[in-house]
Amino acid sequence: MLSKKQIFSKGILAVAPHMFSVIPFGIVCGAIGIELGFSPILVYAMSIIIFGGASQIVFLQLLSGGASALIAVTSVGVINSRHLLYGAVLSEYLEKLSFIKKLLISYLVVDQGFAESNKFFQKNRNETHLHYHLLGSGGTLWVCWQISTLAGIILGSFVPEELGLKFAVPLTFIAIVVQDIKKLDHVIVMITCGLSSLLFFDAPFKSYIIISPIIALFVAALVLRLKK
Amino acid sequence: MTWFTIIIAGIITYFMRMTMVALVDRDLLGERVKAVLAYVPSAVFPAIIFPGIFINDYGTFIEMNDPKIFGAIVAILVGYFSRNVIATIISGLFSYWIIIFLL
Repeated sequence: MLSKKQIFSKGILAVAPHMFSVIPFGIVCGAIGIELGFSPILVYAMSIIIFGGASQIVFLQLLSGGASALIAVTSVGVINSRHLLYGAVLSEYLEKLSFIKKLLISYLVVDQGFAESNKFFQKNRNETHLHYHLLGSGGTLWVCWQISTLAGIILGSFVPEELGLKFAVPLTFIAIVVQDIKKLDHVIVMITCGLSSLLFFDAPFKSYIIISPIIALFVAALVLRLKK
Repeated sequence: MTWFTIIIAGIITYFMRMTMVALVDRDLLGERVKAVLAYVPSAVFPAIIFPGIFINDYGTFIEMNDPKIFGAIVAILVGYFSRNVIATIISGLFSYWIIIFLL
């Protein structure tokens, strides 16, 4: 049985490598906000209030492009609706926590933290203090996101656009799913999702980001049925 | 006004994170749903990966000889064999930079 501290450290270590993508992306996010003409305090406050990478950029781009507040808010909601899926997966492991702890820990769930903690949970179902892993991974991502968006706000236009730092985002997610390409069922689900996301890319409110996972999960259900 | 909008967006995002963890009883989900949920990472992340590679900042498809495709292939190979997240990210970025800056 691992101690709370050990599990917490494992959570930190599990997401630490993703900083090679999170930090550049955070810097880009901060810099874009300033470039679009928003006040530094406002751009930074989003990292605390929304705390959701791509949705922060989309939000500011929509508002600066003259879209209504309703459209901006709807888009953020649609982009972040994938967290409903993460929550459904994580709920199995967080079931025993008190309601208050569930409310608090939910704030820290983001993509990479979900992915890495979920991998740990699957292998260590019987540990008692599982949620410390999520605290470690989510907390680390939170701190780094705050620092890097702040750095982007300060550095602003000093960040050369030619570097294409946004490309670090798909790479970090490739690192997360790449070991599953050994499994045919997962490959089918991934390709379904990927192709759907390209097909529905122009759907309103960036809804491709939730439409394609739903299609892919239906395919997963079919695959499960065929496997039986 | 922008502040108010941000706060609403933040509350909605928080609800997306919190609802399934704190408000929905897991027993409501049937066994089949739980089995399908095991595919969530594979069903969600490609929706971030594919557009991040194949669609540019202006929302149009890239050319088939775009350096991002090369970078992604390198990252997949390095990631698969090294099982190392840092190596995956760095190899992908560097191979992309080599093409755009040196070739």
